[in-house]
Amino acid sequence: MEIPYTVEVRRDTGLTNGKIGIWLFLASEVMLFGALFASYILIRTGAPSWPRGDTILDVPLATFNTIVLISSSVTMVMAWASLMRRRFGTFRLYMGATILLGLVFLIVKYFEYGHHLGLGEYPSTNNFLAIYYTLTGLHMLHVFGGMMVNAYFWGPGAKLWKTNPVWFTNRVEHSGLFWHFVDLVWIFLFPTLYLL
Amino acid sequence: MTSDHATTSMAGDHAVDIDKHVRVYIMVFVALMVLTVVTVAISRFHLPVPIAVTVALIVALIKGSLVAGYFMHLVSEKKLIYAVLALTVVFFAALIALPVFTTSNTFGIHDEIPVIQE
Repeated sequence: MEIPYTVEVRRDTGLTNGKIGIWLFLASEVMLFGALFASYILIRTGAPSWPRGDTILDVPLATFNTIVLISSSVTMVMAWASLMRRRFGTFRLYMGATILLGLVFLIVKYFEYGHHLGLGEYPSTNNFLAIYYTLTGLHMLHVFGGMMVNAYFWGPGAKLWKTNPVWFTNRVEHSGLFWHFVDLVWIFLFPTLYLL
Repeated sequence: MTSDHATTSMAGDHAVDIDKHVRVYIMVFVALMVLTVVTVAISRFHLPVPIAVTVALIVALIKGSLVAGYFMHLVSEKKLIYAVLALTVVFFAALIALPVFTTSNTFGIHDEIPVIQE
């Protein structure tokens, strides 16, 4: 059975089903991270003392990761723009760069986690580290999930371009919306955990 | 910039539009990099916690708005998306406001811990 409204827009919403679907999903994601941010505020304001993030965490490394993730957002939107220009080869380059930048982000986090765990700093050590591991861990899972979807569109999923380029372009746009959301979450996580 | 635009622009009519958007993406990228440097630089001043939180959140909000507005195309979205997001903002604000109002008198600073007399 053919999926309706993947290419043409619905008259009532003015949108494709995929577009409204991804935005509803992102709305639920906002509430997920919102609940964790609210928990962070409650725990921090209720604590007798709270360390500054930069006394425990590696700010230069996190700044580097911020630059990496922002760059990946640009390559992601450029991948979509390449499809809009009907340049599939350029799309592959930008999408490949997006996936690689996501991988760089995860590798940096691996070393960051390894450093802290090596020092005996576990989630159970104190509330600051519990919040740090929970928020960054959930964010890392999102980066990994986004990379998997992007890798699918870079590889086997790209076959759709030959048969239905508009649908493929829309799917890449929706994947991009998720990726930009992951970047957006990090933009708030970075100062909240590392700098304040 | 939305999916329905994709339907029409695949014919090539909007090629010039896309070129304009690409220039905007690059400008937004530069702005995000500058604001990242600003965020780190401000933290070096070791401002009092309430001021530091306010400044950091303002800069993060500007950066977030740029990502949402231009990379996520919210500057030119359909009304239904705005309605969904408006509802999300209301619930998100309630979620954040609850702990802030509960403990707003001790936001980030506890100079003295009250001693309970027995």
